[in-house]
Amino acid sequence: MALLTCENLSLGYENNVVVKDLSFQVDAGDYLAIVGENGSGKSTLMKTVLGLIKPLFGKITFGEGLKKNEIGYLPQQTVVQKDFPASVWEVVLSGCLSKMGMRPFYSKEEKRLARENMRKMGVTSFEKRSYKELSGGQQQRVLLARALCATEKLILLDEPVSGLDPKVTAEMYETIKELNDGGTAIIMISHDVGAAIKYANKILHVAGNVFFGSTDEYLQSAAGKRFLAVTEEKYD
Amino acid sequence: MTEFFAYFQFPFVRYALIVGTLIALCSSLLGVTLVLRRFSFIGDGLSHVAFGAMAVAAIVGITNEMLLAMPVTIVCAVLLLKSGRNAKIKGDAAVAMISVGALAIGYLLMNVFPTSSNVSADVCTTLFGSMSILTLTNFEVWLCAGISVAVVVIYTIFYNKIFAVTFDESFSKATGVKSDAYNLVIAIVTAIVIVLAMKLVGSLLISALIIFPALSAMRVFKNFLSVTIASAVISVVCSITGILASILLKTPVGPTIVIADIVTFAGFFLAGMIKGAKRV
Ligand SMILES: Nc1ncnc2c1ncn2[C@@H]1O[C@H](COP(=O)(O)OP(=O)(O)O)[C@@H](O)[C@H]1O
Ligand SMILES: [Mg+2]
Repeated sequence: MALLTCENLSLGYENNVVVKDLSFQVDAGDYLAIVGENGSGKSTLMKTVLGLIKPLFGKITFGEGLKKNEIGYLPQQTVVQKDFPASVWEVVLSGCLSKMGMRPFYSKEEKRLARENMRKMGVTSFEKRSYKELSGGQQQRVLLARALCATEKLILLDEPVSGLDPKVTAEMYETIKELNDGGTAIIMISHDVGAAIKYANKILHVAGNVFFGSTDEYLQSAAGKRFLAVTEEKYD
Repeated sequence: MTEFFAYFQFPFVRYALIVGTLIALCSSLLGVTLVLRRFSFIGDGLSHVAFGAMAVAAIVGITNEMLLAMPVTIVCAVLLLKSGRNAKIKGDAAVAMISVGALAIGYLLMNVFPTSSNVSADVCTTLFGSMSILTLTNFEVWLCAGISVAVVVIYTIFYNKIFAVTFDESFSKATGVKSDAYNLVIAIVTAIVIVLAMKLVGSLLISALIIFPALSAMRVFKNFLSVTIASAVISVVCSITGILASILLKTPVGPTIVIADIVTFAGFFLAGMIKGAKRV
């Protein structure tokens, strides 16, 4: 059974349908890239999977013992965060909150987990610094460490490299790949089809006609060819 | 100076200081979350609701106005919080509607059913606070103290949750944190603090008590825990200074406290600039 199965999903807001008839599944250890033009509904899909929005139609099922609070999430940055007084340590530790239930304070074990994930993401050296004073790449690493505190099973990333320079982008992709190699399933939204093809084993193209399949199948498909041609032009 | 210390002989001065300190502490704790979530305006709206409810209570003849003002304000807080997420009525418009409405009804009622011969003095007292902080009854002191302690305990218990929900609500929700429930707690506590603070500074000045300490602390401190603690300390110090100054200078209590908060903010603003300049 798959970690996550979506069948015939229709997504949108109130009466405004954004995407229709979306079906895909994510197995343990998968790396799914979601690609598509701006405004095609990628973030909407992610929020629906997370239960922040209700699907208009269709079914989402979690399998292999995955519970709703065992999904990590790296959101597209919100405005409020930009001047928020929070240290790196406070942000990372807050990822453990879902494990806490009604208990008011963090346990030793949760603090240890936060420390370990900071080390994994290479942010230990600035644990006392203010989150808002970090560079974009460092902030993304901190948020990844927080997501890892919530789960090791499945992490959803909404445009994790937007606004990062090419070198930091490459490092970020490598870090995500290492997580995936370590057994964490990844669902990542990306503009960068090149990176999606390089790293992901499955691709979901959200657009007029939806494509879902393995990366190889995507390269053969009409949608993939068209999208690749466009992006290659852009980079020339 | 001896005259100054002579004031402490009077129980009402000590009561005022105790209640003032507790209210300042509660409002500053809450201020951090409200400011960071851009919810400061809800505090403002609720204080007007509390004003309207107080006016109704006075007319109906309830001896302790808080007993009516408290539940009404809590209900409004919950409604406002819900409407903040409702796309149909814009959150800020809903706050404006409720707050202006409550203000108008309160003032109208106070005029139509005057409870004393001097209506405008009554209104002024409710809006800007009064010496009423110096005329607290024993029961009111204990009520204020009890509620304040409860607020501080609730805040401490929910501190980590409040941080997470304030910092990133969608992440919290996505990972299964019951953020709606915590938002409800925040709304209820806000309403309670506002009704309490009306005693101290009056309904128009409550926002200052909630907002200034948090803004001052955020100028200088850069993590949530230190901002929370600094905000509480700043608020308590300003409140005590304000109460003492108002007794010595014979000025109204509420505005004097708010001026102490403003001066402190200016100081922290400068300190923040100097600190920032050094780092670069
Ligand atoms: N909160 C919202 N309410 C109504 N419509 C929305 C909302 N958020 C996004 N949309 C609309 O849904 C569509 C898809 O948006 P989104 O999922 O953010 O696209 P993507 O992430 O692929 O760029 C857009 O047309 C956008 O205007
Ligand atoms: Mg998006």
